[in-house]
Amino acid sequence: MMGTIWFCLVALMIAMYVVLDGFDLGAGAIHLFVARTDEERRLVIRSIGPVWDGNEVWLLAAGGTLYFAFPALYASAFSGFYLPLMIVLWLLILRGISIEFRGQVESPVWFRFWDVVFAGSSLLLAIFYGAALANVVRGVPLDDKGYFFEALWTNFRLGPDTGILDWYTILVGIAALVTLALHGALWLALKTGGAVHDRAQRLARSLWWAVLAFTILVTAVTFAVQPHVPGNLVDHPWGYIFPALACAGLAGMEWFILKKDDFKSFLSSCAYLLGMLTSVVFGLYPLILPASANPAYSLTVSNSEAGNYGLRVGLVWWIIGMILVTGYSVYVYGSFAGKVSLEGGDETY
Amino acid sequence: MSEALTVDRLHFAFTVTYHYLFPQLTMGLALLILILKTLALRTGNEHYNRAARFWAKVFAINFAMGVVTGIPMEFQFGTNWAAFSKVAGGVIGQTLAMEGVFSFFLESSFLGLLLFGEKRLGRKGHWFSALMVFLGSWLSGYLIVATNAWMQHPVAYAIGPNGELSLTSFWGLLLNHWALWQYAHTMCGAVITGTFAMAALGAFYLLVGRHDDYGRTFVRVGVIVGVFATIMQLFPTGDGQGQMLAQNQPVTLAAMEGLFHTQAGAPIALIGQPDMRKKRLDNPLEVPRALSFLTYRRWESTVKGLDAFPQKLWPDNVPIVYFSYHIMVGLGTIFILIMGLAAWMLWRGTLFTFRPMLWALMLSLPFPYIANTAGWMTAETGRQPWIIYGLMRTAAGVSPQVSSGNVWFTLLGFMGIYTLLSILFLLLIYRVVERGPETLKTTPQPAHGGDAAR
Ligand code: HDD
Ligand code: HEM
Ligand code: HEM
Repeated sequence: MMGTIWFCLVALMIAMYVVLDGFDLGAGAIHLFVARTDEERRLVIRSIGPVWDGNEVWLLAAGGTLYFAFPALYASAFSGFYLPLMIVLWLLILRGISIEFRGQVESPVWFRFWDVVFAGSSLLLAIFYGAALANVVRGVPLDDKGYFFEALWTNFRLGPDTGILDWYTILVGIAALVTLALHGALWLALKTGGAVHDRAQRLARSLWWAVLAFTILVTAVTFAVQPHVPGNLVDHPWGYIFPALACAGLAGMEWFILKKDDFKSFLSSCAYLLGMLTSVVFGLYPLILPASANPAYSLTVSNSEAGNYGLRVGLVWWIIGMILVTGYSVYVYGSFAGKVSLEGGDETY
Repeated sequence: MSEALTVDRLHFAFTVTYHYLFPQLTMGLALLILILKTLALRTGNEHYNRAARFWAKVFAINFAMGVVTGIPMEFQFGTNWAAFSKVAGGVIGQTLAMEGVFSFFLESSFLGLLLFGEKRLGRKGHWFSALMVFLGSWLSGYLIVATNAWMQHPVAYAIGPNGELSLTSFWGLLLNHWALWQYAHTMCGAVITGTFAMAALGAFYLLVGRHDDYGRTFVRVGVIVGVFATIMQLFPTGDGQGQMLAQNQPVTLAAMEGLFHTQAGAPIALIGQPDMRKKRLDNPLEVPRALSFLTYRRWESTVKGLDAFPQKLWPDNVPIVYFSYHIMVGLGTIFILIMGLAAWMLWRGTLFTFRPMLWALMLSLPFPYIANTAGWMTAETGRQPWIIYGLMRTAAGVSPQVSSGNVWFTLLGFMGIYTLLSILFLLLIYRVVERGPETLKTTPQPAHGGDAAR
């Protein structure tokens, strides 16, 4: 029971991370295209400047909560995904400093350098996140002690000896990039004006079609790769509300993009991301990390949860903590609401 | 299976030592900035506001470094110490998760407001955001120290059927006695770094004759707070830590002191090199009976030496434990002298013109960093060979499937990235110092956007 509750809460935190950090990642991935001059790029960075760090804390908090609630899973997954996680860390470091340090030195060479680092790291992160999710869905070669280790790639095929990257996970990685790029474009359309706004809107229109195509493709392939997912939907039809949310988000996006309603199209994109992620999570339950070789070695909610007492106490502080977090977030996003501009002070950003 | 053990240990030691260079300053500065903001609020003098704004800028750069180097720390518990995490996660997951949920959100939200919300929030509101940043970083410090304290002195756990530990008392974990002393001592250490940094920069400005009025404020605030922090570092907090060790890790204490033989009226060694083959200190310079008194408050009491324990329970590198401890305590004593003398001169009104003292303050800047690092080295190598003291061996804690080649790969990667980070960091700090507090209005601001801070 406690395991299931925490499964949902951790999934919620990860979803929050994807929705929130997703827009600044997406904005980073496309900013070289939608923002051409130094001023325009500064505008892009300014639109995420006050919030990106707080968004990234969702990753840490989700990671910490995963550790707390499912220590066995944390141990297994983090050591098994050793290489991609370390690469993700390096990308996060580069990305963090490119945002924070870009404005510190007034020089075109300095700006150019950090712009490229920012775009490159954001882009690769989006792909890696997608590939990570795909690895979890596809399953990993867990042994009888619950551990595994995956090289970055082997032969790019599915099978007993998979690497982090194979054709399936690369496909999902690209899908994630496209999805987050759209999310980021919608954020930029919402937060900026002028040329950046117009380009972001135009980009969003074409990206939407790509997202539609990838959604259909990835869903079909996933059902084949991990039969547990469609199986769960068939067994518990109420779960169709999750894919339905994703579809509604996808349709809503197009509708509001065409109506040029930046706010509602961004919200639809949030709904789409939430819908897709919850569908996957629902499809996997009660598995958390399927074993690809021997299904009996799979990690599930019940064989990796922490002690009952700890999980119960955790519920108390978690709820208090989340109320506080909601308070600060509303306040911070409220403080920096509206379109950003380069006026209002002497900051370079 | 444990071919990777040594590299894993190096990996953790390298990344955490580097990480801690930044939080020790931010935690110290958070207090000092709060003091400057309070002075500004009480006196209505804009000078203090400008001083606070200047240090907030230094804070921001350090904070960014703390964040990007902190994230790898959190991950490493799982990536490199999977077996440990599987066993201990049911207990220390509690404090680690709370750190994320309570302090990281708090800090990251209010730092943006501290840096860029001055106009919008008004005087009281801005003071409040300084308070929240202070609380956030000190809470973060507590929760991480409590995690470490549990590894030094495990409490409030039960052992499950498969060897996994689970929590039995939430407050038992949070109020671990070890954590309370360790926190007090660590925070004092962070304040020492903060005060030395502030005083050193003030002394520099006075010596080169720039921004004199700020120079005086920085030296004054640095020295007044510093004198308290340095004294408290020795007593009660350092002494308290020593008492915890004497009760719970006597073998570590023996290694720290270089005490090879159990003896009544044990001396304390000021100088001497542990000779592991002859099992003695070479050319020792000792204060007779001092160790017995410090440990048990009686000059005649018996202190256990290393020979009282089987060698497989000794910390696996006694000389490192011994030297890092002596470096810490030696520097701590020097800090008390420097800050005490400076405070006396400040009181007499001669400090700002007595250049040798200003030189001393300026040049001491690196030493608190060394002392803090040495302190952690003592604690962490002294805990060996246990990853959870008395419960789990470090060798049993590594990730079973991660090979040494892969750990080398990432260790080298971190070394490369951290070298790059260090260069950038020094460049940026140099620019801030070069510009000084007065010109802040016309300088570019770091991240976080929003409205300008004036
Ligand atoms: C500015 C830094 C600084 C200074 C001047 C001192 N310390 Fe310290 N000390 C630390 C910074 C530190 C630390 C980094 O905060 C440690 C490492 C782990 C911990 O809990 O605190 C520590 C640990 C630590 C320990 C525990 C070691 C263990 O757990 O194995 C003891 C017994 C002392 N200290 C004692 C002292 C004494 C008697 C000092 C005399 C002045 C002293 N320290 C100065
Ligand atoms: C004595 C040891 C440590 C102390 C006192 C400490 C304290 C802090 C503080 C105050 C911060 C806030 C950022 C800053 O002010 O620079 C921070 C950042 C961070 N620390 Fe440490 N830390 C320590 C070691 C560790 C370890 C071992 C871990 C691994 C679990 C860790 C994980 C983190 C993380 C993830 C961040 C980034 C938080 C953010 O995004 O705001 N720290 N640390
Ligand atoms: C920031 C100050 C810290 C420093 C400088 C430091 C230093 C070290 C060093 C030198 C080692 C290697 C010890 C050896 O193998 O001989 C180590 C190991 C380790 N430390 Fe720390 N440490 C710090 C804080 C922490 C904290 C706060 C935690 C826990 C929350 C922690 C957890 C660990 C773990 C899990 C290991 C690896 C296992 C082991 O070797 O025992 N450290 N640390």
